[in-house]
Amino acid sequence: MNKKSFLDSFSLVPHAVWSVLFIVAPLIFVVYFAFTDRNGNFTFSNIGALSDYAHIFGLSVAFALIATVICLLIGYPLAFFISRLKPSKQKILILILMLPMWISLLIRTYSLMALLDNGGLLNTLFEAIGIGPVKIVGTAGAVILGMVYDFLPYMVLPIYTSMSKLDIRYFEAAEDLGCNGFKTMTKVVFPLTVPGIISGITMVFVPSISTFYISQKLGGGSFDLIGDTIERHFQNQSTYNVGAAISLVMMILILISVAVMNKFADDNKGGQLIV
Amino acid sequence: MEQTKIIDLKNISKSFDGEPVLKNINLYIRDKEFVTLLGPSGCGKTTTLRIIGGFEQPDEGDVFFLDERINDVPPYKRNVNTVFQRYALFPHLNVYENVAFGLRVAKVPNNVISKKVKETLALVNLKGFEKRAVSTLSGGQQQRVAIARALVNNPKVLLLDEPLAALDLKLRKDMQNELKALHERTGITFIYVTHDQEEALSMSDTIVVMADGRIQQIGTPTDIYNEPKNAFVADFIGESNILDGVMIDDFRAKFAGVEFKCLDSGFEKNEPVDVVVRPEDVDIVPADKGMLRGTVTGVTFKGVHWEIIVDIKGFKWMIQTTDYCAPDSVIGLYIEPDAIHVMKKSEYSGMFGDYSSYSEEFDELSVADPEEEEKNTEAEDE
Ligand SMILES: Nc1ncnc2c1ncn2[C@@H]1O[C@H](COP(=O)(O)OP(=O)(O)OP(=O)(O)O)[C@@H](O)[C@H]1O
Ligand SMILES: [Mg+2]
Repeated sequence: MNKKSFLDSFSLVPHAVWSVLFIVAPLIFVVYFAFTDRNGNFTFSNIGALSDYAHIFGLSVAFALIATVICLLIGYPLAFFISRLKPSKQKILILILMLPMWISLLIRTYSLMALLDNGGLLNTLFEAIGIGPVKIVGTAGAVILGMVYDFLPYMVLPIYTSMSKLDIRYFEAAEDLGCNGFKTMTKVVFPLTVPGIISGITMVFVPSISTFYISQKLGGGSFDLIGDTIERHFQNQSTYNVGAAISLVMMILILISVAVMNKFADDNKGGQLIV
Repeated sequence: MEQTKIIDLKNISKSFDGEPVLKNINLYIRDKEFVTLLGPSGCGKTTTLRIIGGFEQPDEGDVFFLDERINDVPPYKRNVNTVFQRYALFPHLNVYENVAFGLRVAKVPNNVISKKVKETLALVNLKGFEKRAVSTLSGGQQQRVAIARALVNNPKVLLLDEPLAALDLKLRKDMQNELKALHERTGITFIYVTHDQEEALSMSDTIVVMADGRIQQIGTPTDIYNEPKNAFVADFIGESNILDGVMIDDFRAKFAGVEFKCLDSGFEKNEPVDVVVRPEDVDIVPADKGMLRGTVTGVTFKGVHWEIIVDIKGFKWMIQTTDYCAPDSVIGLYIEPDAIHVMKKSEYSGMFGDYSSYSEEFDELSVADPEEEEKNTEAEDE
């Protein structure tokens, strides 16, 4: 008994070291900087200064929400469509979907810029057919498009996973009990894929709200989001502490939203399948 | 019994990937009847049921529901409900909501739903289980939820696909009785699928015996048992000694080298036939008084009776008797005319041998033709 528990705890050591080094320590630094001034004295002034950034928080949340909703609207039907195909076709489509995820986010965003910018592929096309150059980069739409483009796979994959686990018999049982295609979707498929939707939403919302690169490049500098603000503060020694305070608040925001999401998932025990 | 045909299948054929699964099925089912589709695994029972439910389309032939052709009617518009082979209860809903599902889809008012669900749950002995998650139920309870979920919609026809296959013997017997009682109480037409012949015999008004995608025989349980149409049915339903014989004339059959009186007629003179003698219909008499004589090669105690294997001129008979016979003793057999059932030759003639591999355990089984076995494995590999 003792021996086993010793082994057990021993096997946890690497994990513990890793966690302390790369998760706990950075967190402690963030908290430390958030509550100290430049000389290392305790202060609330960093947190107090946050009210100046309320609109940035608001804008970030709004952008992230819109991007998440669009991802869900596109991703859910897409996942359903893929999950109904032959297994061999499913594999190919999922591979295509995952392909961009293997490429750096920076490169993806740059290439999107090359497509949308003045003189880019899309605008050249617009000019050719006489609509003239349309300003895309620098608009809110471009930022959201960038988020959707970059994070869509993170929505599709978890939803696809929970859909492909759905037994065909549930569809048949629903139809047997009077559901047409639409009612089968709303009454059976949707509730049974809620866990996938929840993780999809979490996996899109969290990176969307903290991104800084997409808004800088595709927003053309006109949109200051939390991620950009934090980055800017950390590039200057003198604003480290305010940057840490903003990070801390954002982290708490994300934790709250993840907790709310998990609560949803717990209330809805759709994920597990019983025979 | 009412004579209205509620379901009528006409010349139904169905293939999967070029493999014929149903071959020209013709079958009608009367209103309020309890019909059982019986046959070995893979003979097309589920496919037939799914065609009635609308989950499969026949390649050829028509499906009628009360004289209306319903080939193109989707399942959700058919007045038919299904208890699926493996229940398929909705895991996101509790017992009450599972049963209420069909009524909610049909937009039945809440108070009516509540009343009907309660009634139906009482009918299947699940009072007080309303709030339970279906994943916490035992197999038999899930089974009954599945039945309640279908029954509550008060369909004209209830399709049940091997609903009891996953249950243990005791529970299966109990559920058989419950289902039979439910059928009588509700007056709903039951179309029941099983490969358990005892279940079929004890529950059904009509049995449809299927093999290889064809209907072999349709009849009442006693008809099917006493008057099997061919060697397949005789072998599949109960135990039988199936012998190669000749119909010398009306009421005169010759098999095992001896001429017997029988009750069958209508065959041509000297027509080759298959003869069935049920093991329980053979009387054991002293050797010198028997119509046939043979050596006892095996005796097994079965509780109510002894099962005896008798070697008569190389053909091993099975006989069920309440009198013990010692192995290696020589006994006589006496067969009454009404114990003999004569059948036309069919594609199944000669496929069901005697009981030589039966009681001699694995010895004789393992020396079964090795070439034959090879062929079988090859076929499986394909
Ligand atoms: N969707 C399908 N695709 C291909 N073949 C199928 C399909 N459904 C059934 N089959 C084949 O059709 C044949 C009959 O199947 P069916 O399910 O009707 O048999 P069954 O009589 O219900 O057998 P069991 O007692 O094992 O349930 C089988 O050989 C099966 O492999
Ligand atoms: Mg089946």
